[in-house]
Amino acid sequence: MPHLDRREIAAIFLGGAIGSLLRVWLGRTFSTGVADWPWATFAINVSGSFALAYFATRLQERLPQSTYRRPLLGTGLCGAYTTFSTMQIEIVQMIDHDRYGLAGAYALCSVLAGYLAICAATALVRRVRVIA
Amino acid sequence: MSAWTWLAVALLGGVGAGARFLIDSLISVRAVGDLPLGTLAVNTSGSLLLGLLVGLAVTGNALVLAGTATLGSYTTFSTWMLETQRLAEDAKSPAAVLNVLLSLLVGVGAAALGRSIGAHA
Repeated sequence: MPHLDRREIAAIFLGGAIGSLLRVWLGRTFSTGVADWPWATFAINVSGSFALAYFATRLQERLPQSTYRRPLLGTGLCGAYTTFSTMQIEIVQMIDHDRYGLAGAYALCSVLAGYLAICAATALVRRVRVIA
Repeated sequence: MSAWTWLAVALLGGVGAGARFLIDSLISVRAVGDLPLGTLAVNTSGSLLLGLLVGLAVTGNALVLAGTATLGSYTTFSTWMLETQRLAEDAKSPAAVLNVLLSLLVGVGAAALGRSIGAHA
């Protein structure tokens, strides 16, 4: 068992609570039908990937070491804001409705857009010169 | 949803994120090789459990709390993508591609399996 830092766990809990609220609220506000393109999940996962790469790259390569920012913003907030399980169930439901093309397109577009969002945010942080 | 339900969404989301951190840490320290097995384990188990809830015909606020809030926060898309991109950046492209394909294949399979188990329970 790795050493547990209570404040680190608290930071993850707080970030996770906020991420969960945001995702549930967005999902209810922009709800779509079963086996339709899940715009809320898609937008959440892509925007959350961008935010995670931004925070992770900045905290790792740009800012002085901090113990609680990464757990709060990365593991907690972005980790909980984005979701994998909902995406998988959505794909299963598309397959159920014989919408194989949609299921494939949703999986492919999510991965491509999420990956590109990570690349873009990482490049954005690294492009900014550090003024010493 | 009532204020109490929203409060539960927040608390359970925090629990889900904490559980992800603990399980990911436990698995990552033991993992060998390049694949981020901690995230894979979390995402697969979360998909199985969400499938189970759907198979058991859990709906309404119960599904929002146990599914969307808890398991939604437990599993993660952004970390999966970040780890994949960092693998590719480290010239480990085969591992990056494998991480994407394996996660999707196992994730969809786990969600379908969970649902099937739930539907027959």
